Amino acid sequence: MKRSRFVYSQRTTIALGILCIVIVIVVLQLWLFTATMEAFLGGNNVIPIPAWIASIVCLLLNLGLFYYLRNLDR
Amino acid sequence: MSADPEQVTVPPDGRPLEEQPVWRQEFPIDWPQSEYVSRREFTRLLLVTSFAFVVGQTYIVASSLLRQRKSALPIAEIATTRELPIYGVKLFMYPAAKDPCVLVHLSNGEYVAFGQKCTHLSCPVIPQPEKGILQCPCHEGVFDVTTGSVVSGPPNRPLPRITLDIRDGRIYATGVEGGAL
Repeated sequence: MKRSRFVYSQRTTIALGILCIVIVIVVLQLWLFTATMEAFLGGNNVIPIPAWIASIVCLLLNLGLFYYLRNLDR
Repeated sequence: MSADPEQVTVPPDGRPLEEQPVWRQEFPIDWPQSEYVSRREFTRLLLVTSFAFVVGQTYIVASSLLRQRKSALPIAEIATTRELPIYGVKLFMYPAAKDPCVLVHLSNGEYVAFGQKCTHLSCPVIPQPEKGILQCPCHEGVFDVTTGSVVSGPPNRPLPRITLDIRDGRIYATGVEGGAL
């Protein structure tokens, strides 16, 4: 394992920034999930699929950010 | 390779951190490294949460598609017009034996039927046709007896409506509108 180009205090700052973005995205997913559940229980069959796609996009964004964070160690 | 200035603690074998076993890198002693690892691991936890939301959304989509593919609901005789005077009420099960519904004879002569489970927390609603409402006694939810829409209280969705067909003095339930029972 080779040493990262950032020292730990720098990496912590980057991790904190990424963490804030990930928190916002996860809260967005929470809202999306509750809104979709509410629509589904109300008999709506149109909302779930676009909401599902939006949630997958959020997950991919989170995965990308986490992948970048993991790469800080390398 | 020069020593890392932030690595205060020297491992027992004296080698740099990059050459240490994974467990020593993942459970650090020094503050700068520990703070970084804790933030990274919290981000990983949020990633799992994000994945869990996608699983939940997938379940909703699957349930929605299944609901769309279900064949038409059965037609069931639920009462006769003679049974119910004005403001008369009858409980029945539709479409399955576990789905309680309520049939109401309104003052204008029309019949309406709704699922009896409150859309807040599934308590049974009690029809009060004289007052024009269906009331949920658990949390004081009130629905309009004509339309099933919410009048007051915590529910935010209307009661699912049972479609009716009246032929030869017999009342048939033919389907459900506005949500699952």
